[in-house]
Amino acid sequence: MSNAESVLKPMTVSPAREHTRPLFDQVHDWIVTVDHKKLGLMYTLYGIVFLVIGGLEATAMRIQLAIPNNHFLSPQTFNQLFTMHGTTMVFLVGMPLLFGFANYLVPLMIGARDMAFPRLNAFSYWMSAMGGIILYFSFIGGSGLYGAGGAPDVGWFAYAPLTSPAFSPGHSTDYWIIGLLVSGVGSIGTALNVVTTVLCMRCPGMTLGRMPLFAWLNLVTSSLVLIVISPLTAAQIMLLIDRYLGGHFFDTQAGGSAVIWMHFFWIFGHPEVYVLIIPGFAFASEIIPVFSRKPIFGYAIMVAATLSIGFLSLGVWAHHMFTIGMTSYANAFFTASTMAIGVPTGIKIFNWLGTMWGGKIRLTVPMLFCIAFLFQFLIAGLTGIMLSASPFDWQLGNSYFVVAHFHYVLIGGLVFTIFAALYYWYPKVTGRMWNETLGRWHFWLFLIGFHLTFDFMHVPGVLGMPRRIYTYEAGRGWEVWNMIISVGVIFQIAGILFWVVNFVWAYFKGKPAGNDPWDAWTLEWSTSSPPPDYNFAKEPVVRSRRPLWDLKHPEDPDWKYE
Amino acid sequence: MPLGHEMRGRVGMWCLIAAESAIFSIFVVAYLYYAGKSLNGPTPREVLHLPVFDSICLFSSSFTIVMAERAVAQGKMRFFGIWWLLTIVLGAIFIVGTAREWYHLIYVDGLTISSSLFGTTYYSLVGLHAFHVIAGLTGLSIIMIVTALGQVKQEHASRIEVFAMYWHFVDAVWVVVLTVVYFIAI
Repeated sequence: MSNAESVLKPMTVSPAREHTRPLFDQVHDWIVTVDHKKLGLMYTLYGIVFLVIGGLEATAMRIQLAIPNNHFLSPQTFNQLFTMHGTTMVFLVGMPLLFGFANYLVPLMIGARDMAFPRLNAFSYWMSAMGGIILYFSFIGGSGLYGAGGAPDVGWFAYAPLTSPAFSPGHSTDYWIIGLLVSGVGSIGTALNVVTTVLCMRCPGMTLGRMPLFAWLNLVTSSLVLIVISPLTAAQIMLLIDRYLGGHFFDTQAGGSAVIWMHFFWIFGHPEVYVLIIPGFAFASEIIPVFSRKPIFGYAIMVAATLSIGFLSLGVWAHHMFTIGMTSYANAFFTASTMAIGVPTGIKIFNWLGTMWGGKIRLTVPMLFCIAFLFQFLIAGLTGIMLSASPFDWQLGNSYFVVAHFHYVLIGGLVFTIFAALYYWYPKVTGRMWNETLGRWHFWLFLIGFHLTFDFMHVPGVLGMPRRIYTYEAGRGWEVWNMIISVGVIFQIAGILFWVVNFVWAYFKGKPAGNDPWDAWTLEWSTSSPPPDYNFAKEPVVRSRRPLWDLKHPEDPDWKYE
Repeated sequence: MPLGHEMRGRVGMWCLIAAESAIFSIFVVAYLYYAGKSLNGPTPREVLHLPVFDSICLFSSSFTIVMAERAVAQGKMRFFGIWWLLTIVLGAIFIVGTAREWYHLIYVDGLTISSSLFGTTYYSLVGLHAFHVIAGLTGLSIIMIVTALGQVKQEHASRIEVFAMYWHFVDAVWVVVLTVVYFIAI
C-alpha cells in the first residue's frame, strides 16, 4: 500500500466539499447528472433497494411454507408475491446492479473520462427507474375497472393463455408488461452504451488484448442484452395487441399458439440468465487474481470461454420447455446444446482455480465470497447438467428441485460475487474502509443461511413438491425440509443486517482507504478514492494487462513479457 | 482496426440496429409460423397486392439520402437540402401508400387486426415497420427544419451519416418484410 501511494501521487479531493452545499443543490445534482459514476451508484442503490423488497417478498413466502396448512398468506397474495419476487429479482435487482457496476467501473478500467453517450446513460437509468416504479405501482393501481387483481399474479414468465383478458382481468398484467417494456428500453440503452464505450473509448495502449477481463465480460453481457431483451419486448408488444386490440397471437381459440409465447419468452429468458451470471464471472475474474497475488490464469481462454458461453446461450432456450412435449429431435438438440455450455463454464472454474493454485492467498471478505462462489457455482452447474437431460427434467421439471437449482445459480453464484464486488470496490467508491470483523460475520451467517435454505430445497423437489403451491398437506414428508429451508432465511437476513450496518457505519466512521487498499493492478485504483469527476488528471497510457503493476514495479514490468 | 472516439456514433447505431433486428426477427417468425393457420378469411392471396410503386419509392430514398450524405460531406448545403427533402417526400409517399392499402383492406376487404390470425400478424409486422418509417420521417423532418434554419453545416456530416444508417436499416427491413409478406407467405 505504501509502495503504491509513493508511486501514484494521490490527488486530493476533499470529501467534505459535498457536505457543505445545500441539500437541494445536492439532490438536484444527482437528478440531472450525466456522470457515469453517479449514475452507476444510483443504479446500484436502486438494485439494493429492490433487493431488500424482493427479499422481503421471499421471506413472506417462506413464512407461509414453513409449516403445512398455513394461513399466513392467501393463495392470491402468494401468487402475487412469487410473481413480483421473480420479476423484481431479475429486472429490478440483477440488471440494475450489474449495469451499476458496469457504469461505474468500465470507464475507469479502460482509462476513459466517461461513457460514450453520457446523456443516453442518464436517460437509460431513468427509464429503468420508471419501469420499477410502474411495476410496483400495480399494488395500488392494478385493480383497474374490474375490481380484480392488484399486483401481477401470472408468474415471472407470464405464460399464455393465463395472461389473456379472460383469465387476467383488470390491469395487473398490463403493469407487468408496461413496467418491463419501459425498463427494457433502459437496458438496451445502457447495453448500447457499454458496448460503444468498450469499443471506442479506450485509452492509448489499451488494446482489446490488454483490457481487464471485467471490461471484456461486460462487453459480452451487453452484446447479449442487445439481442435478447428485444425478443421479450416484441413478445410483450404482441401480448398488448392481444389484450387491447383483439389480436390472436396467443389466442388458441382463433388458431394462435400458447407455446409460441413460451418460445419467445425463453429466447429472452435463458440468455438472460447468462446476462446476469457473466458479470458475476467478471467480478470473480478481477477479485480472485488480486487476492491470490497472481495474474489471471489463461486470460485468452477466459475471453474465448465467455464468448462461447454467450454464443451457446442463444441456442438452449427450449430446455425450459421439455415438459411441454416437443419432438425427440428438439429434446435431443436442446439437451446437447445445454450440456455443451458446461464445457466453457468448466474451463472458467479451472482457470480461477489455476489462478489460486500456488498463489499467496489473502482471505479477506471479498475473497471469501469468491471462494464460496466457486464451490457453489460448481454445484449449481452440476444440477443444471442433471436438468438438461430431458428425461430427468420430465421427472423434476417445475418441482422445487428446479427452484433450488436456479437459486443456487443466482444466489450461490451471482449474489455471492455481487457481495464480493461490493466489498472490493466500496473503498474506491466511498474512500473509506469497512470493518473486517463485521464483514466476516456477514459472510459466515449468509453462507450458513444460504446452504440451509438452498441445499435442503433440492430434497422436497425430489420428493415431488411442485413449485408455486401456496401450501401443502402434512404427511407427505415435506414438513421437515420446508422448516429447515425457512430457518435458513433467518440466517440470511441476519447476515444482510451485518452488511448494512457495516457499510453505513463505514460511510461515516470508516478508516480512510487510500487510493489502492488491495495493492491491485487495474486503472481504477490509480486515481483517488472516490475518483474525481474527471476520473484521471492525465489520460493513462497502458503497456500491459496490469498497468498498475508496471507503475509500482518499474524494475520488473509486465510489458517486458508481452 | 482501432475504433476511436469519432466512431462511437456509428458503433452505437449498429448496436441499436442489432436490437431492432431482434425485434423484427420475432415478428417475422410469428408471421411465418402463423401463415395459413387462420381459421377464417380473407386469405393473403385474396387481398394482398404487391406495393410496387411504394416499394420503389422507399428503396429510392436510400439512394437520395446517400446523395445528401455526400453533399453535406462536401459542404454543398443547397444540394444537401434538396436531396434530404426528396428523401422525406419518398418516405412520405410510402407511408401514404401503406395508409391507402390499409384503408382498402379494412373497409373493402374486411380484414382487421382482430378479424383473423392473418390480420393480427399482418398489421403487426407491417405496422411495426411503418412505425419505424414514421419515426425516421420525424427525425428527417427535424433535421430538415434545422437545415432550413441554416444550422446544419459540413462539420455535422458524420452525425448525418449516423442518422442515415437508421434510414438504410428501415429500408433494408422492408426488403425482408416485403419478401415475407408478399412473396413467401402469400
